Amino acid sequence: MSQLTPIKLILEDGTEFIGKSFGYNKSISGEVVFNTAMTGYPESLTDPSYKGQILVLTYPLIGNYGVPNNDKENDLHKFYESYALHISGLVISDYTEDYSHWNADKSLGQWLKEFEIPGIFGIDTRALTKILREKGTMLGKIIYKDEDIPLYDPNKVNLVDQVSISEKKIYGNGKYKILLIDCGVKNNIIRNLIKRDATVIQVPWNWDISKEKYDGLFISNGPGDPKQCSVTINNLSDAYKKDIPIYGICLGNQLMALAAGADTYKLKYGHRSHNQPVIQVGTNNAYITSQNHGYAIDNETLPAEWEPLFINLNDDTNEGVKHKSKPYFSSQFHPEASSGPTDTEFLFNHFMDTVKQYKK
Amino acid sequence: MSPIKKINLHRDNMDKSIKKVIVLGSGALKIGEAGEFDYSGSQALKALREEGVKTVLINPNIATVQTSEGIADKIYFLPVTTYFVKRVIEKEKPDGILLSFGGQTALNCGIDLFKEGILEKNNVRVLGTPIQAIINTEDRDIFVKKLHEINISTIESIAVTTVEDAVLAAEKLNYPIIIRAAYTLGGQGSGFCNNEKELRKLAGKAFSYSKQLLIEKSLKGWKEVEYEVVRDQYNNCITVCNMENFDPLGIHTGESIVVAPSQTLTNTEYHKLRELAIKIIRHIGIVGECNIQYALDPFSEDYRVIEVNARLSRSSALASKATGYPLAFVAAKLALGYGLHELKNSITKTTPAFFEPALDYIVCKIPRWDLNKFSGVSKQIGSSMKSVGEVMSIGRTFEEAIQKGLRMIGQGMHGFVGNRDLEFENIEKELNEPTDMRIFVIADAFEKNYSIEKIHELTKIDPWFLHKLKNIFELKNELSKYNTLEETPGGKILRAKEFGFSDFQLARFILKDVNEHIEEGLLEVREFRKKHNIIPYVKQIDTLAAEFPAKTNYLYLTYCGNSHDIEFQHDNKSVIVLGSGAYRIGSSVEFDWCSVNALNTVNQQGYRSIMINYNPETVSTDYDMCDRLYFDELSFERVMDIIELELPKGVIISMGGQIPNNLAMRLFNQNVNILGTSPLSIDNAENRHKFSMLCDELKIDQPRWKELTSINEIYKFVEDVGFPVLVRPSYVLSGAAMNVVSNRDEMEHFLNLATNVSKQYPVVVSEFIEQAKEIEIDAVARDGELFTYAISEHVEFAGVHSGDATMTFPPQKIYFETVRRIKKISREIARALNISGPFNMQFLAKDNDIKVIECNLRASRSFPFVSKVLKVNLIDIATKIMLNVPVEKPHKSIFDLDYIGVKAPQFSFSRLQKADPILGVDMSSTGEVGCIGENFYEAILKSMLSVGYSIPKKNILLSTGPMRSKVELVNSCRLLAEKGYNLFATKGTAKFLEMNGMNVTMLHWPDEDEKPNTLDYLKNGLIDLVVNIPKDLSSKELSNDYTIRRSSVDFNIPLITNARLASAFLTAVCKLRIDEIAIKSWDEYK
Repeated sequence: MSQLTPIKLILEDGTEFIGKSFGYNKSISGEVVFNTAMTGYPESLTDPSYKGQILVLTYPLIGNYGVPNNDKENDLHKFYESYALHISGLVISDYTEDYSHWNADKSLGQWLKEFEIPGIFGIDTRALTKILREKGTMLGKIIYKDEDIPLYDPNKVNLVDQVSISEKKIYGNGKYKILLIDCGVKNNIIRNLIKRDATVIQVPWNWDISKEKYDGLFISNGPGDPKQCSVTINNLSDAYKKDIPIYGICLGNQLMALAAGADTYKLKYGHRSHNQPVIQVGTNNAYITSQNHGYAIDNETLPAEWEPLFINLNDDTNEGVKHKSKPYFSSQFHPEASSGPTDTEFLFNHFMDTVKQYKK
Repeated sequence: MSPIKKINLHRDNMDKSIKKVIVLGSGALKIGEAGEFDYSGSQALKALREEGVKTVLINPNIATVQTSEGIADKIYFLPVTTYFVKRVIEKEKPDGILLSFGGQTALNCGIDLFKEGILEKNNVRVLGTPIQAIINTEDRDIFVKKLHEINISTIESIAVTTVEDAVLAAEKLNYPIIIRAAYTLGGQGSGFCNNEKELRKLAGKAFSYSKQLLIEKSLKGWKEVEYEVVRDQYNNCITVCNMENFDPLGIHTGESIVVAPSQTLTNTEYHKLRELAIKIIRHIGIVGECNIQYALDPFSEDYRVIEVNARLSRSSALASKATGYPLAFVAAKLALGYGLHELKNSITKTTPAFFEPALDYIVCKIPRWDLNKFSGVSKQIGSSMKSVGEVMSIGRTFEEAIQKGLRMIGQGMHGFVGNRDLEFENIEKELNEPTDMRIFVIADAFEKNYSIEKIHELTKIDPWFLHKLKNIFELKNELSKYNTLEETPGGKILRAKEFGFSDFQLARFILKDVNEHIEEGLLEVREFRKKHNIIPYVKQIDTLAAEFPAKTNYLYLTYCGNSHDIEFQHDNKSVIVLGSGAYRIGSSVEFDWCSVNALNTVNQQGYRSIMINYNPETVSTDYDMCDRLYFDELSFERVMDIIELELPKGVIISMGGQIPNNLAMRLFNQNVNILGTSPLSIDNAENRHKFSMLCDELKIDQPRWKELTSINEIYKFVEDVGFPVLVRPSYVLSGAAMNVVSNRDEMEHFLNLATNVSKQYPVVVSEFIEQAKEIEIDAVARDGELFTYAISEHVEFAGVHSGDATMTFPPQKIYFETVRRIKKISREIARALNISGPFNMQFLAKDNDIKVIECNLRASRSFPFVSKVLKVNLIDIATKIMLNVPVEKPHKSIFDLDYIGVKAPQFSFSRLQKADPILGVDMSSTGEVGCIGENFYEAILKSMLSVGYSIPKKNILLSTGPMRSKVELVNSCRLLAEKGYNLFATKGTAKFLEMNGMNVTMLHWPDEDEKPNTLDYLKNGLIDLVVNIPKDLSSKELSNDYTIRRSSVDFNIPLITNARLASAFLTAVCKLRIDEIAIKSWDEYK
């Protein structure tokens, strides 16, 4: 950390935070969001849903256990959630260069430099978070030295297109064929499906799925405004006409609702944390979930044949929907966790059980 | 976007059939079971009250907040033992009982009640975790089987019931192994063994605590990680907090520095252990809270479950404070049938209690040891607990938190660096075999160029922690290059503050100030940084890392920030109360009671109360006790920071014991408005010379004393006053700080061994009056007029520290004239020092000759005791006086009481290996109880039974010391003989008793190779009570007596070492049968 270059974060409303650089030295702009998780920065940084965002971590001590290596297993990175880092920039309070962990390969700073992503530390991230909470998520830019750049709004572009694969790809060799529409899928979703005897056929977000043969359809998580994915929404509407099980996570949840005819809206500052409480509607079963989303389904707009499956206990927002008669359901949260709590992993069982049932 | 209507929420799922509940407390504070249970019990009682459930509390600890008015509906100051709880159950006929809020004491008692069928017979339901689940976690064998059912790895271990089986088990597992005793608190009877010899020794001892031992494979060096897990009756689970031990496995978690959340665990490790924790809590079937301890391999994701505590614990109290999540409160609600999703987060008030706190700070818990108070004790820390208290520090860097915490410990340290006289001779050994000084050894190792790798190799402390400590060390070196603040780069000073450096440390490193000038130096640093806007910011602890707005008043200060979370109302309507800091020998829950009561009065009088304290085991650091809680240092620097932000009406410094009291003059010099007695008066009382002059002026007698700087001067003084004398060095090398010496030999021995005598380090020598009664007054004065008071009397003669003495209130055996004169002296002192507020004085009385030995212009240890016995809250009165509001003079006096209270000390010698369990002028008890009885004997019997004594069954061993104690005890020995007790005695005592016509069996001294021998009798459990009176007042004693005393402690046999106390106890035992002890609640004594 010898070269502590002046670097600052400027928010859309003009607020400035001056810090020190520990990543790549360049200026960048994006949407500023905060995450309150206390672990899991390697997972978060490689989560495609963060595309276009400058990520603020509220937990102050970051970098402690370094960054794991890029080993692969089943053609997937073992310790990352995708093939690359997706955030635009990282903002933290206290940085550890002298990491310590048996599985670490390099420091967080080195990693950011490798992927040319700026990182700032020495920021009052609590004060920053409070601004984002009060005024809502806003745009911002990291300015290195005096290299000013204009603000950039990632929600105006199709981010999914930037993170989705371009060609079909197959993982695993299980008994059940799961067609996975990749809007920016996290590796742990694929791992969870493979683990449950699935062959995962990963296709781009705008792939014509009508010609594909599959036992179950899965719509992944991904970045940005779901309404940017009109192709996927149309494809889903068609898929609803078959009786093949469908499960969607996060953006997948929103796309399923839009395809059913419901509406989505942007949350003031989103849910990004490991401690979001949800309850299964009509039961006393509550779960702690990992979340990362800025948009949500408007419950009131759900058509008659659909109903909410989960509700957030903090703010009553939608956390998943289900079809009243057909094998279609979704969750706004991330049962695949990584990072975060694993309480709802059983939803993958539920999905695969349904797939098995319908295959018979 | 209208949210869905939650038809399934906020249903009132509480079990309405529960109308009355008994809560078991944990009794006196002891090592391994301390103030945390006052906190958890108070929370539980609060939760039950809120639901309209009637509460009955059994807890003899009279100094606690939970045993105060308005917390429980009925309070029984009785021992938490099967017999007494049974009697209370029969009388109160409760519907349910809570066992998990009073530590291991309550849990063990509950299991016994269940096993004896008492609960079933009386239709009492165990609320919360079912009793079988508790038993399943407590019996190691069942526990391991239970976990294996769900494929959870545990440490390989074998349960044994004999020493021979232990040896076989160890051979099977391979040394090193660790011994654990089942059903004990804080790892009592546990330890490491490297070979058979060590094993035999330790196992023999451990069997006296427990019938079952666990021989375990040692995983020394693994990481130790804990989770606090909560489950409701719907099977919903959360983990509220995880914590990582700075010290690796092998050092008891109570002895380790602990951080929350974990720092060196990756997401997969964190969530793997979390997932297992939930799996375990579901399988065991806990309803409420439990703590799960793991060992984690530092080189893979391999893990072992160490243990599960199916109750609130020290860790759960820490987790509650660390996160702001009130675990005990929630656990009590869950026991009544609520689901987690039906309860509210008590900080945000809008979100549910079903969530997991997200921290945006790091907390650091550091233990406080008082090993210097004991002679002979081993300073090494290991698998059993010796610390007597702890602190919790909060920061936004580890460096900030650890340096704050090391100062909070209150043993003169200024942080990780900047401490004088901390050089260690054998660093490698000290690193490898850690003592209570371990972290300072690391600082010294850096000083001596040890690498992080080397230190890690020797300590197994994770390099992440060592790197952070090295950061502090390196910054210190950089700061030391400068000589003025002006030439130091501003960024460096800010960095130092972000790393938790105090103004004192900066003054020492940059200004090179030495002791005499350090005060001016640190004020210079303070001025300088304020000028350059280097100031701390106030942050909230809100459980959700600022994700949701929270009106939380739970605060800390940090330099890693640039804005305050809160606003300050400078309206002259707030009052700051300074708390008491870490519990330690001499200052514990009593001062928390005083602080909490002061807060209550401040609130009632329409002021906003502000508390500053940092002890996670207290009620005063519960954020709903005050309007603002600053969980931060009680240093001059930090208190001034807060005062400058809050601009309060005034500050109360007389409630938290000596720590706030010591700040009096320094705050006064900064023009801080100290409420109550003027700091100038406090100084006049604290300063030995000034106070002596005052006494001379008022013609109040004191034992003669002198401050002396050479051995010759000391002897000259002794020629005047005669032996014995009390010697108080101002600088202590090792051992006790104070001692009574009876002759020239002892004097020389003590001075050579324990202290330096010089101009720089003078020694205070005072006349020591033998066979004198010690009397105390706890009083409140208003503008110099004695307003109200309580006089109490020690059972023991002077020479036993007042904190170790058994105290009677009202006094039973002093002259009327004595009372009158004590009142007169107190009145004169109150007037002369113009006292407004609480004060305490101690006197020696011999033949109506009264001498003052101590005067403190603050609340004392005995305020809660006398307030509760008298049923006049002296702290409420004192606080009103300090606030200058009208207060009515209580008309009750000690002569109106038809009952009496006895306060008895609790010792923790069994935890302190090798320590001589002897009482002297330095305090060694860790806690106390106070019980009320119709007469002295009933009260003393209740209180002695409450601190672990039992009514002896048959055999009593007597070794009664010098002639005057032999005489003192002769009548009670005769009573014992008449009652049919078998008396055993060592040679001299046996002879004396025979001469007085008693039948006695003589046992040979331990070092005599002859039978029958005392040691055999002790080892074989043939003795029910040992009375061993030391021959003289010095702590250096014949090794035989030491062996008897120590063996009694090691083999868990009740021991009394004071003749007056022994006589009182034995007489009580002979006069009263246990069923004659009245089962009466506090309110029934009118």
